[in-house]
Amino acid sequence: MSSFMVKREENESVQFPVTQIRKDFPILDTEIHGRKLVYLDNAATTQKPVAVLNALAWYYQHDNANVHRGVHTLSEQATRAFEAARETVRHFIGAGHAQEIIFVRSTTEAINLVAQSFARPRLGPGDEILITEMEHHSNIVPWQMIRDQTGATLRVVPINNKGELLMDVFEQMVSSRTRLVAITQVSNALGTLNPLREIIHKAKSHGATVLVDGAQAVAHLPVNVRDLDCDFYAFSGHKLYGPTGIGILYGRADLLESMPPWQGGGDMIRSVTFEHTEYNDIPYKFEAGTPDIAGAIGLAAAIHYLESLNLVQVHAHEQALLSYATEKLSGLPNLRIIGEAPRKSSLISFVVDGIHPHDIGTILDTQGIAIRTGHHCAMPIMNHYGVAATARASFALYNTMEEIDVLESGLLEVMKWFKK
Amino acid sequence: MNELRDLYQEVILDHNHRPRNFRQVAPATHHAKGFNPLCGDQVEIWLNIQDGIIKDIGFTGKGCAISTASASLMTEALRGKSVKEALELFETVRTLATTDIPPMNAAGKLSVLAGVRQFPTRVKCATLPWHTLTAALKEQEKTISTEEE
Repeated sequence: MSSFMVKREENESVQFPVTQIRKDFPILDTEIHGRKLVYLDNAATTQKPVAVLNALAWYYQHDNANVHRGVHTLSEQATRAFEAARETVRHFIGAGHAQEIIFVRSTTEAINLVAQSFARPRLGPGDEILITEMEHHSNIVPWQMIRDQTGATLRVVPINNKGELLMDVFEQMVSSRTRLVAITQVSNALGTLNPLREIIHKAKSHGATVLVDGAQAVAHLPVNVRDLDCDFYAFSGHKLYGPTGIGILYGRADLLESMPPWQGGGDMIRSVTFEHTEYNDIPYKFEAGTPDIAGAIGLAAAIHYLESLNLVQVHAHEQALLSYATEKLSGLPNLRIIGEAPRKSSLISFVVDGIHPHDIGTILDTQGIAIRTGHHCAMPIMNHYGVAATARASFALYNTMEEIDVLESGLLEVMKWFKK
Repeated sequence: MNELRDLYQEVILDHNHRPRNFRQVAPATHHAKGFNPLCGDQVEIWLNIQDGIIKDIGFTGKGCAISTASASLMTEALRGKSVKEALELFETVRTLATTDIPPMNAAGKLSVLAGVRQFPTRVKCATLPWHTLTAALKEQEKTISTEEE
């Protein structure tokens, strides 16, 4: 269906119980400056359903103890819940083994782990790391550090003005020198959905290892890492209706086995003497110190919640929101959408002639509308489009068509303030 | 909404729409670049200072209405002032942007910047050009004198 032809009536005919779902998110009842909150900053972080809040409270009220340590009952309960969370994540992304699921703090930490533990010992001068122009800073800076530490070359695949990756250029750039391709599944600043299968297939035909930044993807579309055939997949819990402070690195077991530990400490060892330390098996080898146990359990609760709603339907609902919002915003004077790839996730970056995104953000906030303004930790993209910043409205499963109407009238109000 | 009216006063909107002294100063004796990593806003301040007096001042860059108006108002206020007076005015602006103390008379037209008080996330927008100014002036302190500190 053509994204611009969708009428609101058709959107609403999509059977998605959004009114019911909104009741699961207590924060959505909040008033901001006396107006009902319209939360459209979901690409930064999503709100949390009661199921997640309850899981956190339950854990601390009933199961709290350290994991993998005590013989006492609570420690056993905490360990069981923590490892059950790992299994939930494994199932959610279609990994083969729970040992391929490493709990980290965030997508950023997951990427840094791969950079330091996988790439750094292996790469040297003559080797190439391939990233793209649409990466978040967290998938740029760790590779610049590797470049500086190993002498490898960092190469950047460009995008066109619609925000699509130039696949023909990618095909020219990828070669037997390419040791690693690190690419985002969905651009946080543009919404672009990359053709991952094709990219991974091409990269692998040259023997490269592939890391996928899934931070903006997992909450919005079904992901299966074995289907994708990626080697590493990183994402955060908090963009997935889970708590902050917990993230996931999926890594193929044989690769993880071959990698040295990243951080040293408790839990990651089998035995320690002052002369020699024997490391634990994966995934524990990469989980030094007491993990975010509650965070892992909260994340599992978020995944169960999302699975109960069916991600295919969630995706359809969000795509309907995207179409409607694209149509509405395109109709506003002097507004330019940044990122018009045909396949997009549910977010819209935009600029308005003569009005800075920060001023848009402040005025919308006084109407209860929360959007993100700034460079979205993707300054190279801002440079590509010749802007310092954009405004970004990003949608989640609990957003409604009415909220997009509120955004539209909010933007008209912004424009009134800056009428020349 | 009243707070919004305080923030986007006519003077601010006017200076955003038609920024004064929006240009490089040539020759410039002092220059500094300011950057707000939060939003990516950039401002450059250009000064020509002779015998401790700001003979000419201009700014370039990209910013929101608040930072643009603040820079524009600053250039208007500082031309012909001494470096010492400029630094005093910086303190005045900082006070009016970040405290509840009523704006001093010395602030004059700059008192419109007090509107940011009610918007903590926007205080940096108003003060960025001023911090950049002090960076430009300190260049002089390093090489020529130690007026302060």
